[in-house]
Amino acid sequence: MLSIHDLYASVDETEILKGLSLEISDGEVHAIMGVNGSGKSTLGHVLAGRPGYTVTSGSVRMDDQDLLELEPEIRSRAGLFLAFQYPVEVPGVTNLEFLKAAVEARSRHYGEEPLNASEFLKQARGICDAVNLDQSFLRRGVNEGFSGGEKKRNELMQMMLLQPKVAILDETDSGLDIDALQVVADGVNSLRAPDRSFVVITHYQRLLNYIEPDYVHVLVGGRIVRSGDKSLALELEEKGYRWLEDEVA
Amino acid sequence: MSEQIDELIKQDYEAGFVTDIESETLPPGLNEEVIRFISARKDEPEWLLEWRLNAYRQWLTMTEPDWAHVSYPDIDFNAISYYSAPKSMEDKPKSLDEVDPELLATYEKLGIPLHEQEMLAGVAVDAVFDSVSVATTFREKLEEAGVIFCPISEAVKTHPDLVRQHLGSVVPVSDNYYSALNCAVFSDGSFVYIPKGVRCPMELSTYFRINEAKTGQFERTLIVADEGSEVSYLEGCTAPMRDENQLHAAVVELVALDNARIKYSTVQNWYPGDQDGRGGIYNFVTKRGVAHTNAHISWTQVETGSAITMKYPSCILKGDNSVGEFYSVALSNNHQQADTGTKMVHIGRNTRSTIVSKGISAGQGSNSYRGMVRMNPGAENARNHTQCDSLLIGDQCGAHTFPYIEGKNPTATIEHEATTSRVSGDQLFLCQQRGLDAEKAVAMIVNGFCKEVFRELPMEFAVEAGKLLEISLEGAVG
Ligand SMILES: Nc1ncnc2c1ncn2[C@@H]1O[C@H](COP(=O)(O)OP(=O)(O)OP(=O)(O)O)[C@@H](O)[C@H]1O
Ligand SMILES: [Mg+2]
Repeated sequence: MLSIHDLYASVDETEILKGLSLEISDGEVHAIMGVNGSGKSTLGHVLAGRPGYTVTSGSVRMDDQDLLELEPEIRSRAGLFLAFQYPVEVPGVTNLEFLKAAVEARSRHYGEEPLNASEFLKQARGICDAVNLDQSFLRRGVNEGFSGGEKKRNELMQMMLLQPKVAILDETDSGLDIDALQVVADGVNSLRAPDRSFVVITHYQRLLNYIEPDYVHVLVGGRIVRSGDKSLALELEEKGYRWLEDEVA
Repeated sequence: MSEQIDELIKQDYEAGFVTDIESETLPPGLNEEVIRFISARKDEPEWLLEWRLNAYRQWLTMTEPDWAHVSYPDIDFNAISYYSAPKSMEDKPKSLDEVDPELLATYEKLGIPLHEQEMLAGVAVDAVFDSVSVATTFREKLEEAGVIFCPISEAVKTHPDLVRQHLGSVVPVSDNYYSALNCAVFSDGSFVYIPKGVRCPMELSTYFRINEAKTGQFERTLIVADEGSEVSYLEGCTAPMRDENQLHAAVVELVALDNARIKYSTVQNWYPGDQDGRGGIYNFVTKRGVAHTNAHISWTQVETGSAITMKYPSCILKGDNSVGEFYSVALSNNHQQADTGTKMVHIGRNTRSTIVSKGISAGQGSNSYRGMVRMNPGAENARNHTQCDSLLIGDQCGAHTFPYIEGKNPTATIEHEATTSRVSGDQLFLCQQRGLDAEKAVAMIVNGFCKEVFRELPMEFAVEAGKLLEISLEGAVG
């Protein structure tokens, strides 16, 4: 489903990803862990096609497409979703308008009939409930004045509405209270499907008790230095990253 | 008098100008003869001719303003023709096939029906389409309510007392350079009178003005709302308007008598010039309203067109408890320059004013807010709140704010808030990551920014204004 091969990428002339490879098959959940600054968010941004991030070599294929050739919005419509580590505010644009525009962009792209307004509203309300946000959030500006945890749940709401094929969650669990963590995990688990895969970037082993990963990868200095099953996360919890970094060095 | 006209026509003829009655146009140049000619062609009463001449004489003593944050080549006022009869059918495009395809493409995007496209593009069509019957029903309804809504040239004849009483009462002849010029040579425009206690049964739109003829470059509008009456007036339309005249200097006067309410909404979308700023319209308009006791005047404007805009719709809050509002969205893209804002003059006690200005600059556009709030000595407990926000798209555009505050009454309060923000890469990327293309994303962000103003527009207009912004911003992101 997503195949990353020997990827090198830089931001403002600084090389951040240095030969990263990762194979993700249909239906799998991959957790990515690693110290601050190891390149986790960069990976998400590069995959999503953020302007300013230059791929210098390597390849990324999603299904049968060369992902790196596509414009960011086309990648999105093809089913790639990135939940941002730091969701940005868009003042004055209501969540509802925003979600509608996103859904419409997709259906237009595929020449489908746009969802009718009341159907859409019903769906949006349902998802709002599912992520435990009050309905009033639909009428508020995108992330405008939202608390940290509300912003994260808002990302989740977008994901649930857009039903991506590959979802990258960049620290969606950071800054969440215990209940909210459960909500996020439930949201992800409810979407788990044989044709949908997840990349879950996190610092906390705890999340992985709720969302069980098939694989855990450790990113050091822009490449994956170790992969394993969920026991690797437990090992990291116990030993930290130092030993891995030393090994690499 | 008529000899003089004959003389003038003869001169034209000798100079090689066409003078056949159907399509005559005065040769360029301005002098008293020209004004007499205009007045005579319109069959105006003597007092109006004198009024025009007086304005012209004052104009001669005035100089063009240079304080605005705009720059343009000097205007040669003697290179402008000040009278041109409506184009005859033969001169107009015969069908949409003869109209600029770019203009048509824009009409398409705005979803304007074919027959309206023809009207907007000035195609010679027999007036048999829907709007005629609409106009008729419209007229009947207004007559029933006693509302007068007609070209001002007609009102001069049918309601001379009303016109004479109020014309120039809000914007004095010598108010400013362009208004003086307008007084001297105004072409046509709307006249509205709402009788005492009447709530105008429908929104009045220039679009449906009865006997619509081209109003020309010096439009003149006068709206009088008698005591306790109410009216909402819509000017302009979202479709881009082309005009061969580069300079537009309109004057709009609003009179809101005791307890009356006037809501004046404008969508201005004159041709802004090409990408390099060539050929656009200069829009130098004077708009002002006087609010008497408990009266309420509200200006809402969406300015997306013109190469250069200088425009300051203002309220004189004369009566106690009167209210003035100004809601504005002004966009400048490419090489457009907009210097716009408002004046709120608080004279009466407990007067209130609200200013919400949203300036958007993209490309190499320059957008300036210029607002004056004055609290006169008698303005006990008067209040003003100004919110002035600028949004920048790209890094070659500019936004400027020039607030002028004069507080001469210690009990009056004036609040001014200003923000400048940029459409950020983060915002754009968020939108793109959710599947929107960059243009759609910018349009959505800009619409969000303008929401407080769009809310003030009549519903249909608000939707159109949103679409209009989207189209005006095309190409604003690379
Ligand atoms: N514009 C830039 N110029 C130079 N370096 C940059 C730039 N943007 C990011 N970096 C660097 O790239 C590295 C990787 O950043 P990234 O955000 O991917 O880390 P991360 O693994 O997500 O960290 P965290 O766990 O703190 O979220 C960091 O050292 C960061 O400082
Ligand atoms: Mg990160």
